Amino acid sequence: MLEVLTNAPLNTVQDLGRPESISYGVACGGAMDCNAFTLGNILVGNSPDAAGLEIVFFPFKIRFQQDCVFAITGAPAKVRLDAVPLPSCWSMMARAGQTLVMEAPEKGMRSYLTVAGGLDVPRVLGGRATDIKGGFGGFEGRGLQKGDLLPCGKSTTCSMPTNGLGLAALPQLPHKNGLELHVLPAAEYEEFTQESQACLVQQQWRITTQANRVGFRLEGDTSLQTRRPLSLLSHGLLPGTVQVPPSGQPIIQMADANTCGGYPKIGIIAEPDLSLLSQMPPGGLVTFRMITHEQALTRFRAHRQHLRQLAEQIDAAKAYILTQ
Amino acid sequence: MRINYAGVDAFLLDMSEGAFQDAIQARIWGLEQLLTDMPEIQTVILGANNLLVTYDCERHQASAIRQMLQTAWEQAGSAHITPRELVIPVTYGGLEGEDLPFVAKTTGLSESEVVALHTGTPYRVAMVGFSPGFGYLTGVPQPLAIPRRNTPRVHVEQKSVCLGGGFTAVTPSPGPSGWHVLGKAHCPDLFDAGANTPCLLKAGDIVRFVSA
Repeated sequence: MLEVLTNAPLNTVQDLGRPESISYGVACGGAMDCNAFTLGNILVGNSPDAAGLEIVFFPFKIRFQQDCVFAITGAPAKVRLDAVPLPSCWSMMARAGQTLVMEAPEKGMRSYLTVAGGLDVPRVLGGRATDIKGGFGGFEGRGLQKGDLLPCGKSTTCSMPTNGLGLAALPQLPHKNGLELHVLPAAEYEEFTQESQACLVQQQWRITTQANRVGFRLEGDTSLQTRRPLSLLSHGLLPGTVQVPPSGQPIIQMADANTCGGYPKIGIIAEPDLSLLSQMPPGGLVTFRMITHEQALTRFRAHRQHLRQLAEQIDAAKAYILTQ
Repeated sequence: MRINYAGVDAFLLDMSEGAFQDAIQARIWGLEQLLTDMPEIQTVILGANNLLVTYDCERHQASAIRQMLQTAWEQAGSAHITPRELVIPVTYGGLEGEDLPFVAKTTGLSESEVVALHTGTPYRVAMVGFSPGFGYLTGVPQPLAIPRRNTPRVHVEQKSVCLGGGFTAVTPSPGPSGWHVLGKAHCPDLFDAGANTPCLLKAGDIVRFVSA
């Protein structure tokens, strides 16, 4: 069990979401930075879909009520296990009774805590992620409160060097004034004026304070316009879709987006960019760069391949260290 | 049919020809049934005269999936659905139907004429989406097919009977909405995450409203 020592209603149990339930109108959900989340599961030897914590509210404290292999990934929070500071992107064994304290990161928005065996909360509609809007999934369908006891699943591979292990090359977080988002044209791209198509990639876009798990609203000096008024019938919507409402200021759909919408779509952002975007603070600046589907696919496949290689390297490193 | 990318691993198939058409939707239900049985397809999301699919883009070529979708649409007939019929009593107007006067004014009808029109016809669930258990009901009589509110309401109660953009619906959960609220439905919960069948409404179902 993990005992939560801080009230933190925006810190939630997440996994990789419940894509198979989108047809019920249920948000896909899951970790916003699924890249960092997957890395956390790799470090503790879990399958990629094991449940962990998404932490956006600091300081955050938990007490381990059992011996437990854990990892911290994502935004580099200042982490202490009892009095001992831990490096970023690190995994190790905690002993029963030890307390983990996470202070706000200087860069990035979301840190992840994974435990070997995963958090053993019930699977609802195919996933363990918390759906805050719907009030289901995760731990009692809500964010975490002081006193919550989070059960850990059985872990098969929790061997770990005494001082733990981490990554030599830390994953880079985006600079708050310069994330370039690769975007592929969506269904209504051609319906936008040439000026708007140019504007999309030429001007900087500021992330507004309306940036949360549902969507990131952007603002730019010049708004985007279609050639003629469009009235679209409602259609399925996936995280990563860049919608342009009548205001002309784009909204990027994120993990907890509604499953249907009707605003014109100018583009689509895929992984690994969506994970990077989730680490950008309000006020941060992004630019767009158009790519073809083929280029997006190459980036996506390279990203997946990289994660698979990391998993193999970490397994090999653990096996090597433990035989020494 | 127009096919566009909706993600690195997703296509949006748009079959719409202007305003929403029931016949197109029936064939889309048929297509959904075909696609659900195909191992290459991961997720199918029904829209209004359109449909979105996702697939494993590490295993399958986009061009092959696109061709498969094209062929499936050509083969798809209207779905064989034996519709369930639900009758939902509604308290129209008053505090729980605060837009009834506005809808009457906009359409040039009396409030009781609006209610008579709204209860006088069967609706079909075109699709479930937007929020958990939210069913888009089609078949709204032409005079009631009015645009959505200019400014969305910040809060609309659960089980509100709403009208907007040519559709009508019962809200499964409280939340913001740009639709006009006509009344309060008296029906079981429209969504239960723990149930074997989480949604009360299913695409193809027939819904009738009666004045409570």
